[in-house]
Amino acid sequence: MVRSPHWRSLESLLIPAGAIVVALLLFGGFCALAGANPLQVYGSIYKAAFGSASAWQNTLIRASPLMLTALCTGLPARLGLVIIGNEGALVIGALAALVAGLALGPTLPGFLVLLAMAIASLAAGGLWIMAAGALRHYRGVNETISSLLMNYLAIALMNHLVEGPLRDPGFVTKPSSYEITQAAWLGNLPGSRIHYGLLYGLVACVIAYLVMQRTTFGFAARTAGGNMRAARMAGLPVGQLTLAVCFLGGACAGLAGLVEIAAVQRRLNESIVSNYGYAGILVSFVARHNPLAMIPVSILLGGILASGGILQRSHGLPDATVLVFQGIVFLCVLYSDSLYRRL
Amino acid sequence: MRDHHRSLPLSRRQILRGLLATSAFGLTAKFGTGCTQSTTSEGGAGSPAKDFVVGFLYVGPKDDFGYNQAHAEGAAAMVANVPGIKLVEEASVPETTAVAEAMRSMIEVDGAKALFPTSFGYFDPYILELAKEFPDVQFFHAGGLYQEGVHPKNICSYFGYIDEAQYVAGVVAGHTSKSGKLGFVAAKPIPQLLRNVNSFTLGARSINPAATTQVIFTGDWSVPVKEAEATNSMADQGVDVVTCHVDSPKVVIETAEKRGIFSSGYHANQSSLAPKGYLTGAEWDWSSIYTSLGEQLLAGKSIANGDIPHILRGGLADKFCKLSPYGPAVSDAAKADADAALADIKAGKLTIYQGPLKTNDGKEILPAGKGLKIDDMQLETMDYLVEGVKGSVS
Amino acid sequence: MAAALGWWGVPLAIVAGTLRGSVPFLFVSLGECLTEKSGKINLGLEGTLRMGAMAAYGVSYLAAGWLGPGLSPWLGVLVAGLAGMGLGAIHGWLSQQRRVNDVAVGIAMIILGSGLANFLGKPFIQPQAPQLPIFKLAEWSGLPQVQAALQISPLLLLGIAIVPLMHWGFKSTRWGLHVRAVGDRPEAARAMGISVFKVRLTSIIIGSGLAGIGGASLSLYYPGLWTERISSGQGLMAVALVIFARWQPWQCLWASLLFGGAQALGPAFQSVGIDTYYYLFTATPYILTLVIMILTCSPQRTLLGSPGALGQED
Repeated sequence: MVRSPHWRSLESLLIPAGAIVVALLLFGGFCALAGANPLQVYGSIYKAAFGSASAWQNTLIRASPLMLTALCTGLPARLGLVIIGNEGALVIGALAALVAGLALGPTLPGFLVLLAMAIASLAAGGLWIMAAGALRHYRGVNETISSLLMNYLAIALMNHLVEGPLRDPGFVTKPSSYEITQAAWLGNLPGSRIHYGLLYGLVACVIAYLVMQRTTFGFAARTAGGNMRAARMAGLPVGQLTLAVCFLGGACAGLAGLVEIAAVQRRLNESIVSNYGYAGILVSFVARHNPLAMIPVSILLGGILASGGILQRSHGLPDATVLVFQGIVFLCVLYSDSLYRRL
Repeated sequence: MRDHHRSLPLSRRQILRGLLATSAFGLTAKFGTGCTQSTTSEGGAGSPAKDFVVGFLYVGPKDDFGYNQAHAEGAAAMVANVPGIKLVEEASVPETTAVAEAMRSMIEVDGAKALFPTSFGYFDPYILELAKEFPDVQFFHAGGLYQEGVHPKNICSYFGYIDEAQYVAGVVAGHTSKSGKLGFVAAKPIPQLLRNVNSFTLGARSINPAATTQVIFTGDWSVPVKEAEATNSMADQGVDVVTCHVDSPKVVIETAEKRGIFSSGYHANQSSLAPKGYLTGAEWDWSSIYTSLGEQLLAGKSIANGDIPHILRGGLADKFCKLSPYGPAVSDAAKADADAALADIKAGKLTIYQGPLKTNDGKEILPAGKGLKIDDMQLETMDYLVEGVKGSVS
Repeated sequence: MAAALGWWGVPLAIVAGTLRGSVPFLFVSLGECLTEKSGKINLGLEGTLRMGAMAAYGVSYLAAGWLGPGLSPWLGVLVAGLAGMGLGAIHGWLSQQRRVNDVAVGIAMIILGSGLANFLGKPFIQPQAPQLPIFKLAEWSGLPQVQAALQISPLLLLGIAIVPLMHWGFKSTRWGLHVRAVGDRPEAARAMGISVFKVRLTSIIIGSGLAGIGGASLSLYYPGLWTERISSGQGLMAVALVIFARWQPWQCLWASLLFGGAQALGPAFQSVGIDTYYYLFTATPYILTLVIMILTCSPQRTLLGSPGALGQED
């Protein structure tokens, strides 16, 4: 179908907007069946996610880990690899950050401890996913499976250490590690209650975009992703690219682990596993692995999650409703991708 | 794949897409708001502004036949018994920043003046931070360890000495078990759980000094398959009375019934799940506590002023917990001993943690003649298993 | 009462765990095997598993009144299969649209499926639904533990029966040929006149239906109840199993048995006194799978048996 160029550029605005509208209508229908007033529900969702400065902060707080974990899937995806080990990389990064923080806390000034923790988490997360990439390149092991299995391994390791060698006997509410020293705590962005993790996420996405789009490395990676065999024949070092890209992706997820330790929980325990990894996979795919697009998609998911509470409290809808909401929105947005150039 | 020859980076479309998606989302919702009433509460002829709003937060679903349900029933009792209290609840709130945001939202949007975040893990750092930020709101946390001088003044840390009830359940188990082998399906080794394991064992051993308790840790608060496997492997080893401390005892009780062994409940009354094998159980009785707290809150009492204590604990005598009615398999002798123990505990005559007491790897906890009263702070950091328990905490 | 088995308890627990724990893995992996043979990945089976579990339990409970406790669980199984097929239809249609990625749809479907299951399943957490019958194979044994261990669900038998059926289907029937053609070379299949869309949609729907039945086994057989955490990643693991099993139905069977048995290891070891490292014991099946994959894969052989079109878009 031949359409004017104006229409084509309008498409990129109308189609996702349309997808959201349709998703809201479907969800409204669902709420109506469940006995709630859809229009009031819409109002509550807006109020809880974007309706005030406090609501925006709620949304952004929930969005910030997603930006980092999404990169863990998004970067290797440019090379054609499907990595779903974000959760494991986050946990390993958190573990490394905690160990570094506990070891260096007493001896170094706060800023240096934090720096050491960051380096540890980047390295640990990066190596973790790089291992999956190496297994793929050198042993042909499917990276989706290996990264998935490594998630379970990371979580088991974390639980074992937290209940054993690292356990803080004074923290009674759940088996937990010692707390890192207060000097190394990551603070909030001035004037808000959002921690610096948001800034890390934004910066990481921008840097990832620039690296992928504007450097020769990124170009090589994308080329190899487009056609692995042609890239090999052209002499591109596919093995090195695989390892490097996996390392970068894993490092981002590891950094998310650092943020959870240094900014939110200050200690390591089972709560580090809170599905940020799996949500990040979805964000990455919906953003079509474009790091800049991951920012608004994370915010969208953050907003949906932020509205979960009010659906329960003000409309008597059960807690599972926010999951249904998420599912409908993402299915609609995913479908809308297929409408480009079709309308 | 990407069209590299386009002059504009394709990504701009992506960014615009995403941004407009988000704002379209916002606009549509806002458009919806314009046509609705400003109040977001569902139905209800305008509740008087003087309603005291109390918020409850649960870590799992409200009807899990276990921990969360016990709290939810107590909350419902508070509302039913104390007119003037308005309840807002949120379930399945994970122990992450999500709970901090949920509490904040209850305070800012619903105007909650008292919050009951009912999961252990909500305490540090979430409640601590929010209590500092909202000194006028009162936070009642189930399970945490309040420290005078260290923690903000508007926090009350309450919990029940349900190990008293587990002791009596252990007495019944000790009588009923023919093999002398008891089983305990445990989630994670935290002090409140270990107290239950230990007091159950001590209660059983007060009847049968050779009784042992096999404890199996499943690693998480709600893993049905592992809990079923644990119950099955204990039954394979000859255990004939099993109890548990997991979020939802349903799996353990039902599996025990299928294997034909006896069971002792926890959190709530699960006797309907095991008509033949349910002996008794250690239940929470939050209804009376929450009703009393509700009345105190309505009367203007506050934790910060010291009207309500910072550390609120109580056992069977103070109605924080109770024993489930005896099941059909409980013998009269067992009932007699159990009732006697119950009476003694309520009268303060029976000390559960009484020396000589050793851990199950031989270290001494209490020498002969010494005892720890149930409210002794040392018990709140328990990290051992007593002699007679098979298993280890690490 | 029965004497303790001591160390014999461990292999017995593994056998028992294999017999009862493998059923959901078996159905989900067989279903996913079919789906992936046709060239699509359905990660959403985790949500389908939960939906099936909830639907089976709910229907069994609601129908117990007019069908009686003998038949109502079977109706539950049927409805679970239908529910699975419904979710499969959504996944199958959506993932075949232009520019829509399988993995993304799968994860979105996990969320939707779990959400719907939890939402609709609220009224069913408390009540007890009639369970599926069990074949007791070991009545001859004097030991109650052995009797309890050697119990088989008809669903396990059904699943095992499907294995050779599927194997034969892929190898020797025209329909199996279509599925494989569509999975290996969709362009060639199209040239042959096969509707790629229809074959894939059918495969995904049937595969998802099987997963729904796997879910029914969770709630109507073992552990035999409905709660929101009934499945903790089993659907996702079953997808991994299929690749581990090289897309062969018989290997799916062995892999499912392996996983089912490994689930029982942790608690069984604790009950004989091995209680350190219990987290790592719990992670054994995953570690085992990873190790086996590392040992048996090689860059050339990994693609052997892999449907050629797996992972491609459009």
